[in-house]
Amino acid sequence: MPEKSSLGEERMAYLEGLIRQARTAAAVFTQCTQEDVDRIVKQMVLAGLEQAQYLARLAIEETRLGVLEDKAIKNMVATEFVYNYVKDKRTVGTIREFPERGLAEVAEPIGVILSLTPITNPTSTVLFKCIMAIKTRNAVIFSPHPKAWRCCSEAVRIMYETAVKHGAPQGVFTCLELHDLQDNAYLMRHKDVGLIDATGGPGAVKAAYSSGKPALGVGPGNTPVYLEKTADPDMAVVDIITSKTFDNGTICASEQTVVIDDEIYDLVLKKFADLGAHICSEQEAALLARTVIDPATGFMRPMAVGQKATDIARVVGLSAKPNAKLLIAPIQGVGREHPLSAEKLCPVLAVYRAKSVDEAFKVCVDVNHAGGLGHTAVIFSSNNDIIRKFGEVINAGRIIVNSPGSIGALGGVYNDMVPTFSFGCGTGGGNSTTDNVNVYHYLNIKRVARRTPAHMWFRIPSQIYFNMNAVENLREFPSRSTIIVSNPALEQIGHVDIVRRYIPPETAVHVAVIPDAEPEAKVVMQGVEALHFYKADQIIALGGGSMIDAAKIMKLKYESPDADLEELAAPFLDIRKRVVQYPTEKVNRARLIAISTTSGTGSEITPFAVMFDKQNGRKVTLADYSLTPDVAIVDPQFVMSMPKGLTADTGIDCLTHGLEAAVSIYASPFTDCNAMQAIQLAFKYLPIAYEHPHDEEARTMMHNAASIAAIAFSNASVGVNHALAHAFGARFGVAHGRANALMLPHVIAYNASVPTKFMPSPNQRAYSAHTRYALMADLLSLGGSTVEDKVKKLITAIEQLLDRLAFPRSIADLGISREQFERAVPDLVKIAFDDPSWRSNPRMPLLSELQELFWSAYQGRPATQRASRQQTA
Amino acid sequence: MATLAVMFKIDGEGMVHALQQAGEKLDAANGQAVLDFSAVRRVDPAAVSALEELAGIADGRGVKLALRGVNIDVYKVLKLAALAPRFSFLS
Repeated sequence: MPEKSSLGEERMAYLEGLIRQARTAAAVFTQCTQEDVDRIVKQMVLAGLEQAQYLARLAIEETRLGVLEDKAIKNMVATEFVYNYVKDKRTVGTIREFPERGLAEVAEPIGVILSLTPITNPTSTVLFKCIMAIKTRNAVIFSPHPKAWRCCSEAVRIMYETAVKHGAPQGVFTCLELHDLQDNAYLMRHKDVGLIDATGGPGAVKAAYSSGKPALGVGPGNTPVYLEKTADPDMAVVDIITSKTFDNGTICASEQTVVIDDEIYDLVLKKFADLGAHICSEQEAALLARTVIDPATGFMRPMAVGQKATDIARVVGLSAKPNAKLLIAPIQGVGREHPLSAEKLCPVLAVYRAKSVDEAFKVCVDVNHAGGLGHTAVIFSSNNDIIRKFGEVINAGRIIVNSPGSIGALGGVYNDMVPTFSFGCGTGGGNSTTDNVNVYHYLNIKRVARRTPAHMWFRIPSQIYFNMNAVENLREFPSRSTIIVSNPALEQIGHVDIVRRYIPPETAVHVAVIPDAEPEAKVVMQGVEALHFYKADQIIALGGGSMIDAAKIMKLKYESPDADLEELAAPFLDIRKRVVQYPTEKVNRARLIAISTTSGTGSEITPFAVMFDKQNGRKVTLADYSLTPDVAIVDPQFVMSMPKGLTADTGIDCLTHGLEAAVSIYASPFTDCNAMQAIQLAFKYLPIAYEHPHDEEARTMMHNAASIAAIAFSNASVGVNHALAHAFGARFGVAHGRANALMLPHVIAYNASVPTKFMPSPNQRAYSAHTRYALMADLLSLGGSTVEDKVKKLITAIEQLLDRLAFPRSIADLGISREQFERAVPDLVKIAFDDPSWRSNPRMPLLSELQELFWSAYQGRPATQRASRQQTA
Repeated sequence: MATLAVMFKIDGEGMVHALQQAGEKLDAANGQAVLDFSAVRRVDPAAVSALEELAGIADGRGVKLALRGVNIDVYKVLKLAALAPRFSFLS
């Protein structure tokens, strides 16, 4: 029940009866099919066409507004044209499908609609709304303007009887008996009214929107017209007269003020006069203004609405000819001091002489803002730039070009807009839409969204050469000018010379030696200068991850000098939807060949590059597949002399890459094979490479494993282990691989347990991290009969491997005091949570869980206990 | 509903009549009655009114009404017409 009302009991019972009847009809109507409603609508349209003249006559007799012939035409447009638009539209059940997007739209009727109809277009609006309601299976309670009640109730009767005869439920339309604002207020607030469709004056629209109900409110207009000097004046004048005199100007989209360029002003006015318009003198214009516009309110007087030009002229005392169609009054400005610049729903038109396009636009904007915001505007011009600019500066739901405003705005006659008798005016007019109101506004449109797998990818360097002496393949790459980017140590031990040996002899070769550390911007830019100086077409990066990363960034800045590294390092959640786009236009082109001299980072394969932001004392990660080297050379001769510590650190980094890629939410069959292979190789060959550094097979396989793991994590990414290791390693200056090792057993136990929060992942059908770890255990032949057993055995195997590599088993073992660590933990947790690495982790880490993981790593307690306690069933 | 006293078969075609007849026989229902709607494909406003009326009679006589075999389209009509709470539903 609505709020307490001052309505009498009898009246309230009457209104409740209407509501109940409409609610039942709407409920029953939901059983109808598309074929049912289409059949009914067609018969209603035919009935409306049959009775178009009859209803027009009733409207004229009752309202004394408008022109009989035009009202008949409006009734025909409201039926035939609307039918032409809706006949093939699906409005029942599934109305649109987008199979490629896995989406379907399904119609749900609104139920009971309370419809207010105006005095100006009474029967046509009723016909239009009846057709829309039946097409969408809604019931309507009509509340016509009191001065158009008889003609409207007759229109409702004709539509209702036809609809019910052909299958619509009884009670689907009702028309309020003679009523007042209290009735409307009661109905507007009733819980069983689903929508208010208010076509009428500002008061009705405001009441609708104030009711708290969803509402379509269509308010007043004040249509400016710009008649620009390149327009066809004959067409413009005829169109304006046609529109402004149509139904004596009662359509709220009709022209109100025509702003005419100075060059054609006199010509246009003469043409208006020649075709039957009366051009008012200054004195006449003043008299006309007082008659048509109420000086107290600034709004038009009701007595002028929809009256003939000759009748108005007679009342005013103008010297118009007896057959005058239109009264034209020149104005010198817009606003209350120029009354005729307001809306005039009668054949009275204001004209303004504009000295320039700029002035014309300003006057049109002024008219638009003087009561016509969001409604309709018109332009006559053949200058597309001016038409486009007009569309930009005028706030109107309909901007009609080279056509009559009123009939143009109705849609379907002069243009391809949706036919309507309700013009949405947007927020400018206090409405919720700028659309031509149509059947879709009478529906709740439901979206059925099927799960769609995200598009996946697999991107790696186009060529990868591996095994001993793979560097010889450099011969295959012709170049005019090559820069070798390396570090002093590698130059000193002769690695740079080995590379030089296999570069084709016709190539000019230059060496850029840079420090072996995460590159700073200054170092990168020096390298870029060298690339420019030598006009390099090839870069060979020889070194560990830092060296290759430096070369990637140099290439980026060389090819796209305007690239803003700081901007490109902006955070993102999904690389495919990131805000920042890497440059695609290249000033220069250079091939990047990456030769790795460590077996861990996999930078020769990956699309990542880390640089050091010295100014802010932080690492900046760049990630984009355009950073991926063109060629990777995985030649173990460059790692045969790697120290034991570095072998262990980088080897565990490789293993972590494989383990994290294998359980990532972006894991795919394309990455699984690489991840699993890398894990197997690392388990088998890392201890041998560590204990027997000169074992060529072990070095070769670990070198391959690093690249294979990189292939996996370049496409599946890493996880929370890396997020923790990045934060901890940076804070305490611990090597990346070592930091990874401290976290690894705990992270596996964590991921294998039931997540507190699952990570949204359309590509995963179920949580599978624990079973994937179990699969790894099987591949490593670790034994175990259950998933839980197997996960424990995997953790144990990793712990044994770490022991064999002489890794510290806890953060405490590094000599970091408990107090020192306790102080650092809050920051570590924040930094780890901001790290993009965990975005692909199978479970979403809570801040408290990151903290717990840090402390587990600090204490180094056996991770298998945790796995045992929380194992996913 | 093991203690059902009366079971009414509602014919989809003559539904209003069937509901009126059910109303007349509610006295024999011994507190509970089941209306078998399995033959009802659609309802019209008159049927909805008849159901509402029947629910009123049942209330007055202390009889609980259950509808059996109501299809989902008809069930939705009863929900939208705010009638569903006046019945229990059996599959």
